[in-house]
Amino acid sequence: MFIEFFRCIRRHGVAASVTELLDFLQALQAQVVFADVEGFYHLARLTLVKDERFYDRFDRAFAEYFEGVSETELSDAIPAEWLTKTLQRQLSEAEKQALSGYGSLDELLKQFQQRLSEQEKRHAGGSKWIGTGGSSAFGAYGYHPEGIRIGQAGSGSRRAVKVWDKRQFKDLDADQALDNRNLQMALRGLRRFARQGEANELDLAATIQATSRNAGYLDLQWQAERHNAVKVLLLFDVGGSMDDHIYDCQRLFAAAKNEFKHCHFYYFHNCVYEYVWQHNQRRWQQRTRVIDLINTYASDYKLIFVGDATMGPYEVLYPGGSVEHWNDEAGQVWMQRLLQHFNRAVWLNPQPQSRWRYYASLQLINDIMQQHMYPLTVNGIESAIAHLR
Amino acid sequence: MTEQALFKGSERYIASPQLALAVNAAMHLQKPLLIKGEPGTGKTLLAEELAAALAAPLLRWQIKSTTKAQQGLYEYDAVSRLRDSQLGSDKVADIANYIKPGVLWRAFTADQRPVLLIDEIDKADIEFPNDLLHELDRMAFQVYETGELVEARQRPLVVITSNNEKELPDAFLRRCFFHYIEFPDAEQLKAIVDVHLPDIDQQLLDQALSAFFSVREFPDLKKKPSTSELIDWLRLLLAERVQAGQLALDEQALAELPLLGALIKTEQDQALLAQPLKRAMRSY
Repeated sequence: MFIEFFRCIRRHGVAASVTELLDFLQALQAQVVFADVEGFYHLARLTLVKDERFYDRFDRAFAEYFEGVSETELSDAIPAEWLTKTLQRQLSEAEKQALSGYGSLDELLKQFQQRLSEQEKRHAGGSKWIGTGGSSAFGAYGYHPEGIRIGQAGSGSRRAVKVWDKRQFKDLDADQALDNRNLQMALRGLRRFARQGEANELDLAATIQATSRNAGYLDLQWQAERHNAVKVLLLFDVGGSMDDHIYDCQRLFAAAKNEFKHCHFYYFHNCVYEYVWQHNQRRWQQRTRVIDLINTYASDYKLIFVGDATMGPYEVLYPGGSVEHWNDEAGQVWMQRLLQHFNRAVWLNPQPQSRWRYYASLQLINDIMQQHMYPLTVNGIESAIAHLR
Repeated sequence: MTEQALFKGSERYIASPQLALAVNAAMHLQKPLLIKGEPGTGKTLLAEELAAALAAPLLRWQIKSTTKAQQGLYEYDAVSRLRDSQLGSDKVADIANYIKPGVLWRAFTADQRPVLLIDEIDKADIEFPNDLLHELDRMAFQVYETGELVEARQRPLVVITSNNEKELPDAFLRRCFFHYIEFPDAEQLKAIVDVHLPDIDQQLLDQALSAFFSVREFPDLKKKPSTSELIDWLRLLLAERVQAGQLALDEQALAELPLLGALIKTEQDQALLAQPLKRAMRSY
């Protein structure tokens, strides 16, 4: 019963288990809802989906299952390679508003066919061609209010908007890997327990000793509890060539935030200069001086850079080399300052290691890091952590 | 379903049909109900109102970063036993004198089926939810010191709230029903305000609501104002006798709304509202 529905949901990336399916069936049997599709929808969501990030996927799966609309019609016409998810643009509300609609659906379809015939190559980003992550009306994983989603599910047919078709939870779907458990397990290697803070645990050995010394009269001794005392400072490269790796970085970021209590993060672009920032949207208004980073965070913080280190060599070597502003001091000077302050530092690079030797800047950074650059894979993180300890 | 009371919200609490369905399903299938949602959407209040509606006792377990799962079951006060032994007290012989029942124990042994609220579970350590898996599943646990088995007389109705500060483990999620409280739309919000401030002037309310939604939709706000802030703001408007016409509806002038401090709580957000929309957009 509802096995096909269950499989459809799983196909859309909602990680529901058999236990949950049984719960759902039980709830149906108990007649918590009566013959009512909307009630059915809410009950299914209540029992099968456990995180609001997956609500949107669930909505799409639900629509697909109940409309019986094949989502492959348009996708079949397009090479799947075009739609490989390389870019995930996150548009702000304001930008979304700035995008105007394309009028009626028919017009949209017509335009789509026309574009399809004009276009010959795979395309990502941009705002006209069919591809992924852009703001064109056609393609997947991007945003356009009236867009046709290809290979991302949903259907292009016209019908009344029902609850699941509103897709209210679209913004919540971070499209995060379902199993960042691997990453988290790798990061767990960095655990360092230490006794810190309030002494509220009975120290048995010390109590026995103190009591004996006290001629048998009880003398309680306390100690602080053990906590994971590792402190981590993450610096992420954003923008430019890093757009291709947003997905991996998000996973790392989520895993790190879960694992470490003392985890701070900042962004930079290509190479570290005078400033880093915490909010990409407000990077020009709210910046943090790198000097302040050095003064704020003690040298026992583990410093982790995440970036592809592919840029012009000038950006590392010369004053004024930055692509964004005039820097009085070269990027490598700032890198050295950070490395001098923090005892342990690594650079995680999302680029496949086999390609590293083709980039001069990558070699430069690796030299500055004293060869402590590691690929952003589970194995790479494990070796990086071995160095950080 | 017939023998049980159905929860439909109460006079003081407006529950959406979805939320009512979630509560009823959890009640019926005796599963813990995990509630998430923006701050100020009434997650904690739900448990209180549910208890009131069912005329059941409410047991609240407020989770903090130092809370341990064991504290919810029971605590063995070894130290006072040790001290009593030094003072030669008779109580020492029975270890049960030093076992202090926790919230879960009290919920399991209550005479009437209680509502158990585990508030802000995400505040605790990563391992906390895993440590509770078995207890919430079986609704029973063993007291190691006395060998006593504490079993639930009737399964308490468990409501768990989370603010998304940490991700909860899959094994834990699998045992719960999950509902995300959406931010109410204008109509629901009006119903909620009516419950709290029945005498408010309708024209003032309409204008205030439309101003409120413009503030909420302002791009890049760090902390969007929520229902509770709206109610506070309306109370203040009433107390200051602000008239209906005084609420600016012009988006450029959001920063000049009277008593804005009740809605916008951070300096950065106030500064953001003060600058014209165009400048806010340029920063992308």
